[in-house]
Amino acid sequence: MKEPVHIGTRPSAKSDLQQLLHEVALGDQEAFAAVYDTVAGSVLGVARTVLRDQAQSEEVAQEVLVEVWRTAPRYRPERGTAMNWILTLAHRRAVDRVRSVEAAAARDTKAALLDHQPAYDEVTEQVETRLEQEQVRRCLRTLTEVQRQSVTLAYYRGLTYREVAEALSLPLGTVKTRLRDGLIRLRDCLGVAV
Amino acid sequence: MNTTDLHGLTGAYALHALNDEERAAFERHLTTCDGCELEVAEFTATAGRLALASTVRTRPVMREQVLQRITTVRQASPRTVPLQRMPRGARRGRGLAQWALAASVAAAAALGGTAVWQYERAQDAQNQASQAQRHVEDLAGVLAAPDAKSRSVKVAGGAGTLVVSASRDRAVFVASKMPAPPRGKVYQLWFADGGKMRAAGLMDPDRSSQAVVMQGAVDGASGVGITVEPAGGSKQPTSTPVALLGVPT
Ligand SMILES: [Zn+2]
Repeated sequence: MKEPVHIGTRPSAKSDLQQLLHEVALGDQEAFAAVYDTVAGSVLGVARTVLRDQAQSEEVAQEVLVEVWRTAPRYRPERGTAMNWILTLAHRRAVDRVRSVEAAAARDTKAALLDHQPAYDEVTEQVETRLEQEQVRRCLRTLTEVQRQSVTLAYYRGLTYREVAEALSLPLGTVKTRLRDGLIRLRDCLGVAV
Repeated sequence: MNTTDLHGLTGAYALHALNDEERAAFERHLTTCDGCELEVAEFTATAGRLALASTVRTRPVMREQVLQRITTVRQASPRTVPLQRMPRGARRGRGLAQWALAASVAAAAALGGTAVWQYERAQDAQNQASQAQRHVEDLAGVLAAPDAKSRSVKVAGGAGTLVVSASRDRAVFVASKMPAPPRGKVYQLWFADGGKMRAAGLMDPDRSSQAVVMQGAVDGASGVGITVEPAGGSKQPTSTPVALLGVPT
């Protein structure tokens, strides 16, 4: 399996993925296999953090990867990197799923939500992933408590900002602002450039 | 929601933390605001880093399954119409009334359709958009039907919501921020039953957000499709659907 691709730090890998996606768009199944090897672990990882459930995460990850195949002809590089396009789709689908599932069942208790930390519970042998985790952890620590909780509840648990406000007993406007300034701080700490 | 409020939603949007209505409103704003567009791109890339940190191992069987599945999945055709940004003035000039219509209709759809205010809102917005009153009544009739059910789908870069009332046997299609069809073409709506497509009306090619009462009864159709057709429409679809969605039951 190929190592995961870093955004912004390894431009060559980034453009490789873009090139591969271009070939996928022309119906190249071998190129798709290479895309799969590059992104599947991250796609599944996103689904896992949001959904928690192994079977559901795999189901969503599969749907996302098939969607990547199907819609590769519509990927537009000028709107973002190939990796971000795929990871955004993965998060979107995971969030959709968690909302549809949880709309029927009761939501987790507030206490359980607040308890939540990003769960990097899987032992990974991939050095790059571990480095990425270290960096993200370090940068999350630079956020204020409210910023960090708002961002993690929204991203890792798939809560809407209204639900975040409810969970943290904060006004809507505060959560909206904390999500934004939390992301600004994360962006700067992680050195994200577009 | 006013524009100042919208500028503040970049973070929530990039984290998929808006509900459907707010997202539609923000996406509309995004087409007119360079500042938000840049910030959203940066935040999306930042969220991508959170995703990468979550990378896990995958089971080899998943790889086999996915590689198998794609052999049976037909790829989408590339968009023929880039989501071109209109000159700012033009956008502003015709945007508001349409947006009010789409927003109120989407709100009505989201609520499932019982309250009187939905009708009034749809009516107000419709008046602003200077459309025929009868269309409003059909529209509001379906949206306000006690048994109205809805389902949403992404369509060609925008979003569409299908609202169906079984008791009225009618359907409304609400489009939000769909790119214009190619010059000389229109989006045509179809009811799908079995393998057949039944023509159900055309969308206005000059409006990216609109609510259309679909022509004819639902009559047991299992799905609804949208295709790009020559102006005036076709008797049968001549292109691959840009969207297909099941009739909500
Ligand atoms: Zn803005």
